[in-house]
Amino acid sequence: MSYEVNGVTIEHDEEGYITNLSEWSEDLAKVIAGVEEVEMGDEHWAVVNFLREYYEEYQIAPAVRVLIKAIKKKLGPEVGNNKYMYELFPYGPAKQACKIAGLPKPTGCV
Amino acid sequence: MSDDEVKKFLYVNRKAPYGTIYAQESLEVVLIGAAFDQDVAMAFLDDGVFQLTKGQDTKGTGLKNFSPTYRALGDYEVTKLYVEQESLDERGLTLDDLQDIQYEDEDDDYAEKPSIIVVSRDQMASLMAEQDVILSF
Repeated sequence: MSYEVNGVTIEHDEEGYITNLSEWSEDLAKVIAGVEEVEMGDEHWAVVNFLREYYEEYQIAPAVRVLIKAIKKKLGPEVGNNKYMYELFPYGPAKQACKIAGLPKPTGCV
Repeated sequence: MSDDEVKKFLYVNRKAPYGTIYAQESLEVVLIGAAFDQDVAMAFLDDGVFQLTKGQDTKGTGLKNFSPTYRALGDYEVTKLYVEQESLDERGLTLDDLQDIQYEDEDDDYAEKPSIIVVSRDQMASLMAEQDVILSF
């Protein structure tokens, strides 16, 4: 199972999370978003970039409530609330955004 | 949830971080368990104090360095990391050898406060006596 980006094959697991985290690129993010039927806008990128920074710093993908709290602090309550975040990422802001960000599934997600 | 449903959980860590899977599993369980609005604290004693040391480098072991994750615990409202003084002393360690782990206190204008609390062996014993649930790793 794999994604094709600019002629390069990138392996992913059965749920679509990439296997080798270092293979991520913005082009790959767009491909994964396409599979997920998510149209990437500025706010989507802000969430994806936040997740990547969080992972870089703490070596974990944050749980959804931690993500929403942090986005609220960073981008304000209009974006950082449950309803809006689920509009951005209908299959779960943590789960789906992490997949697009090339991170493992968040700890505690089933 | 009413207050009387909140239980005090203490996760006790006694092993060095990488020789076994206990330390990483404990941290993972704490992060998952933090979603249940309980009163969660962690204790570090014996070789468990090494879990919090600065400058861990796992290159060459093939293992993930999960030590930065302890600094995320504050985001999960796990803000009490009790470290036993005698265990530090016996290993020639001081508080300076441990990571600077902080949390933001929402009730105090998001002031950053230290999560690590050094306690004596006697204090650790009374702390354990106060808990509803103790999980040992």
